[in-house]
Amino acid sequence: MNEQGIGASVRRKEDQRFLIGKGNYTDDINVAGQTHAVFVRSPHAHAEIKGIDTSAAMAASGVVAVLTGEDLAADGIGPLICGVTVTSDDGEPHRAPAHPALAQGKVNYVGDHVAVVIAESKSEARDAAELVDVDYSVLPAVTGTRSAADPGQQQIHEVAPGNVCFNWPFGDKDGVEAAFAAAHKVSKLDLVNNRMVTNPMEPRAALGEYNTGTDEITLHVTTQNPHVHRLVLSAFNQLAPEHKLRVVGPDVGGGFGAKIFVYAEELVVGWACRKVNRPVKWNADRTEAFLADAHGRDHVSTAEMAMDGNGKFLAMRVHTKANLGAYLSTFGTMVPSYLYAFLLAGQYATPLIYSEVKAVFTNTAPVDASRGAGRPEATYLVERLVDICASDMGLDPAEIRRRNFIPVDAFPYQTPVVQCYDSGDYPAALDKAMELADYDGFESRAAEARARGKLRGIGFSSYVEACGIAPSAAVGQLGAGVGLWESAQVRFNPTGNVQVFTGTHSHGQGHETTFAQLVNDQLGVPIENIEVIHGDTAKTQFGMGTYGSRSLAVGGVAISRACDKLVAKGKKIAAHALEAAEGDIEFADGSFSVAGTDKAMSIGEVAFNAYVPHSYPEGVEPGFDENAFFDPTNFSFPAGTHICEIEVDPETGVVEIVKYSAVDDFGRLINPMIVEGQVHGGIAHGVGQALLEGCSYDSEGQLITASYMDYAMPRADNLPSFDVDYAPTNPPDNPLGVKGCGEAGAIGAPPAVINAISNALGVKHIDMPATPENVWRAAQQATAASA
Amino acid sequence: MYEFNYRKVDSVDAAVEAIQQADDGKFVAGGQTMLPTMKHRLASPSDVIDLGGIAELVGVCVEGDTVIIGAMTTHAAVAASAEVQAAIPALAKLAANIGDPAVRNKGTIGGSIANHDPAADYPAAVIALGATVKTSRREIPGEEFFTDMFETALEEDEIITAVTFPVAEMAAYMKFENPASRYAIVGVFVAKTGGEVRVGVTGATSCAHRGLQLEAALGGQLDASGIDAVELPVENMNSDIHASAEYRAHLVKVMTKRAVEACAQ
Ligand SMILES: Cc1cc2nc3c(=O)[nH]c(=O)nc-3n(C[C@H](O)[C@H](O)[C@H](O)COP(=O)(O)OP(=O)(O)OC[C@H]3O[C@@H](n4cnc5c(N)ncnc54)[C@H](O)[C@@H]3O)c2cc1C
Repeated sequence: MNEQGIGASVRRKEDQRFLIGKGNYTDDINVAGQTHAVFVRSPHAHAEIKGIDTSAAMAASGVVAVLTGEDLAADGIGPLICGVTVTSDDGEPHRAPAHPALAQGKVNYVGDHVAVVIAESKSEARDAAELVDVDYSVLPAVTGTRSAADPGQQQIHEVAPGNVCFNWPFGDKDGVEAAFAAAHKVSKLDLVNNRMVTNPMEPRAALGEYNTGTDEITLHVTTQNPHVHRLVLSAFNQLAPEHKLRVVGPDVGGGFGAKIFVYAEELVVGWACRKVNRPVKWNADRTEAFLADAHGRDHVSTAEMAMDGNGKFLAMRVHTKANLGAYLSTFGTMVPSYLYAFLLAGQYATPLIYSEVKAVFTNTAPVDASRGAGRPEATYLVERLVDICASDMGLDPAEIRRRNFIPVDAFPYQTPVVQCYDSGDYPAALDKAMELADYDGFESRAAEARARGKLRGIGFSSYVEACGIAPSAAVGQLGAGVGLWESAQVRFNPTGNVQVFTGTHSHGQGHETTFAQLVNDQLGVPIENIEVIHGDTAKTQFGMGTYGSRSLAVGGVAISRACDKLVAKGKKIAAHALEAAEGDIEFADGSFSVAGTDKAMSIGEVAFNAYVPHSYPEGVEPGFDENAFFDPTNFSFPAGTHICEIEVDPETGVVEIVKYSAVDDFGRLINPMIVEGQVHGGIAHGVGQALLEGCSYDSEGQLITASYMDYAMPRADNLPSFDVDYAPTNPPDNPLGVKGCGEAGAIGAPPAVINAISNALGVKHIDMPATPENVWRAAQQATAASA
Repeated sequence: MYEFNYRKVDSVDAAVEAIQQADDGKFVAGGQTMLPTMKHRLASPSDVIDLGGIAELVGVCVEGDTVIIGAMTTHAAVAASAEVQAAIPALAKLAANIGDPAVRNKGTIGGSIANHDPAADYPAAVIALGATVKTSRREIPGEEFFTDMFETALEEDEIITAVTFPVAEMAAYMKFENPASRYAIVGVFVAKTGGEVRVGVTGATSCAHRGLQLEAALGGQLDASGIDAVELPVENMNSDIHASAEYRAHLVKVMTKRAVEACAQ
C-alpha cells in the first residue's frame, strides 16, 4: 500500500484551516456596501393575512427596503419547487400547493416567511422587522401526522383535499394478502419514527451580490449542491439565467441533508440584491434554524410480517403516514416514497412486500431528507419488526435474522421492491459483530448488572441502505426532475501539480483528502500537490452535489475516469518523448516507462511537455486536463450489523449505552480514519434519534422544542467508545469497489438501541425518543405485568 | 438586543445609586442568564449596571464553621476552592456540575440565586444548608429568600453581597439532569447540620423549597428507608415535555434516597 493512496489513514488536509479558524463560511464573507436581511416570520401556524403595513418599518432608521410576497410576484419570481413526482393512487401526480418564497395571503406554519426587511445593519433590520404590522386572521392548525387526513380536519391547501399529498400503494397487494392468509404466524407492530431537526452546526446563510456591469448575480449560500441551486433558481424561480448566476457554497459547516434544498431565504436574498442594488446578507439564528430548516422523519406506521412455522418471512405489509409539513420541500415527496419503500426488504429474502404510504400536509415546517432520508425509517421499521417476529416465534434475534438473510450466493439479488442488490455477505457481518460484541458473554454481564440493580439489554440491527441515488435513467423513471450522475475534471498545471474539480460538495466529509488520495493512487502525485476544488459554479463544471452517500461512489468514479484519460494521453506524449511505440509505454507510480528498459519520464514531465509542446506527437492536443462524467449502472448497497448493549436504571429510566459494536460493509475503504469518523458521527446521530431528539409541536402548531434548552442533541457523554470493524464485499456494479459510508450509522443505530431497551425491559416496544420518563413508565408496566 | 446604557461600578453603594437613577435598570453579574434573555429580546433594561468591578464581592473565606462566598464568585471558583472542597465538598461538587465550562467561568452564585430559575442548582444548597443571603441592606435566611418562579425576597435596588453557609457534618447533592439543557429536572440537596437533617429541593416545583415531608420521613437521621412511603403532592409539581408531574414527584424521592446514601458513605 502506498503511504498516501487508497487504504491509507492520512490526516485530513482540510483540517488545518478549520482548526486554526481560517475556514471561510458564508457568514465570514463581508463585502463593501453590504446590507442585512431579517425575515418577518409568522407567529401563527395557520392564518390568513388580511394586510401587511410596512410603513412604520420603512420609516425606521437604516432601512433600505421592506419587501413582501406582492413584490416578489410582481417581479415574476416563481414559487419554490419540489423536484420529484409521485403518482397517487388516483393516477394523478401528488398534490403540489404553491410554495411562495414570501407569503401570498396566507401562512401555513410558525416561521413561514411573510416579509423581508433590508437595512444597513442587522440590528436595524431586526428593530424594523418588529414594526412590520401584519393583520392575521388565525385559522385552526393541523399538526398531527396520525390525524392530519382524518375527516373533519381543517383544510390547509385547496389543491390537497383532506390534507393528502399522495396516497401511494406499492407492491403485490393480493399476493401479500394471500400469503398472510396462509401464514403460520403474523407479527405486528405499530411504531412512530420521531420527527427530528437536522441541526448542522453552522446555521443557514446567504449573501447575494448583483453586478450592474455584467448583469450577474453571485449568491454565496450554505449549500450541499451549488449547481442544483443554480439550476433550480434559474430554471424554476427565474432569478437569472444560468450563465448570469454564480452560486458558491464555500466552507459549509455540516449539512446532513438540510442544506440540499433551495429555501425561501436564499431565493429572496438573490432577488433582493438586484432589486435594492446592494449586496444583501442573511444568516439564520438558531431559533430560525429550528423553525424553518426542513425537518426529518415523522412517520406513523403499522408493520406486519407473515411467517411460516420455521420463522421464515413469507410476506410483509406496511402502512405509513408520512408528514410532509406545510409545503413540499425540494425533495420532500421522494423521501417517504422511493427512498423508503424500496428499502423495505432490508437484508431479508422476504418474497412479497406491499406498502401504502399516505403523505399528509400539516401546519409544521416542511419535512425533507435528513441523514439517511427514508432509509432510516425503513430500517427502523424492518429491524424492530424482525425482533417482534423473533420473540413471537421464540427465536434468538440473531437466529431469525440468519434464517431470513439473503444468501451470499444469491447476489445479484432482485428484491420485490425495485432494488437489485449487487453484493453483500450479511452472515459475515453478523458473525463478526457478535464476536466483537461478545454476544456469548451477554448473559453473565446481564446477571452482574442485575446484582447492581440495573437491567441490561442487547439489540441487533442488520441494515442495508441504497446509496449513490443513481443511475439517472432509473431515478428519471421514478419521477426525479434531474439526472444523478457526477462530474470531474483533473487538471495538471504546467509545473506538475494537480487541481481536481468535482461536482460533489464537501461539508465535513473530508473529500479534499479522500479524493486527493484517489488521484495519488492512480497518478502517483503526492497529495500535498493535489488541490480538490468544489462548491463554486464559476470554477467547477456542472455537478450534482453531495447527499445519499454518493460522493465517492459516484463522484469518485468520475475522478478516477478522468485520471484514466490522463494516463492514456500521457502514454502518447511519453511514447513520443521516449521514442518508443505507444503500446510499449507502461505507467506506474507516477512514471511512464518503456517496457523492459530504464527509459522513463515522470507524469510531471509529461504534463510540462503537454503545455510546452515544442516536440510533441502529431494529432495530440496540447494540455493535460481531462474531464469525465459518470452515471452508475446501479445504486450501491452498504450494509452491516450493529449491536448495542445498554443498561437501564429502572428507578429513573435512564439508559446508558455500555457497548456499541458496528460491523459495516462499505466495500473498499479509501481513508479508514475518515470512514471511522463517519461511522462514529452517524451512530451519534442515530443514538440521538433513539434516546434524545424529539421535535414536537403543540396543538396550536407552536414548536415546543425550538432551542437547545428543550431539544436534546447527543453529546460525548451520551455515547460509549464504539467498537468498529468491517466485513467488506466487492460491489461489481461500482468500478472503484466502494459503497458509501456517510449515512450508515444514522440508519443502523436507532433500531439497535431500541431493540436493546425492549430486550432489557422485556417489553414489546417503546417509541423513540426513549426518554428517561418513557423508559421508566415502560419499566413500571413491565414490572406490574410480571408481578 | 435593544439598546441600553452600560455602566460598570466599583462599589456596592455606586451600584445601588446607579440603579436608583435608572429608568429600568438591571444589575449584570456573569451575564449567563441576562445576556441570552436580552439577545432574545425578552428583556430590554434601559440601563445595565455591571457588578464586575466590585472587588469586595469576589472570593471565598472560611470563618469558624461558616463558609462565606462573595456574590460575584464564579461557579468555577467555588468548584476549585480548596476551602469549599474541605468544608462542604458537596457544594464544590454542585458548582462543578453547573452548565458547561464557559458558563461556570462567568456565572456567579449571586446571579444564580438572584435569578431563581426554578431549575437552578444553588437554591437547593442554600435551603438545605441553612445559608444566609447577605445583601446591601440586610440578611435574609436562605429558606425565605426564594419566593416564586424567578422571584426572590430582593428589592429592585438590593444587591446580594455574599452567601454564608454553615459547615455541615455531612451533605450531598443529587441532580437529575434535563437531557437537553442539563439544568435540574429535579435536584435534591440533603445536609446534616448540628444534629438536624434538612432537604432542599429544586426543579420539582415553581419554587425551590424545603422538603418538609421528606425531612419528616428521615426524622433527623441519614436513613432513607422511610422515603418510599412519602406521598408528595403531584399537583404541585412542574410538568413539561421532559418530565410529567408524576415522574418528577417520583424523582424527588429517588434523588433524596440517593443523596442520603451518598451522605452516609
Ligand atoms: C448554557 C447554560 C447552562 C446552564 N446550566 C445551568 C445549570 O446546570 N444549573 C444552574 O443552576 N444554572 C445553569 N445556568 C445558569 C447559570 O448558572 C447562570 O450563571 C446563572 O443563572 C446566573 O448567574 P450570572 O452571574 O450569569 O447572572 P446574570 O445573568 O448576570 O444575572 C442574572 C440575574 O441576577 C441578577 N443579579 C446578578 N447578580 C446579582 C446580585 N449580586 N445581586 C442582585 N441581583 C443580581 C441580575 O440582575 C439578573 O436579573 C446555565 C446557563 C447557561 C447559559
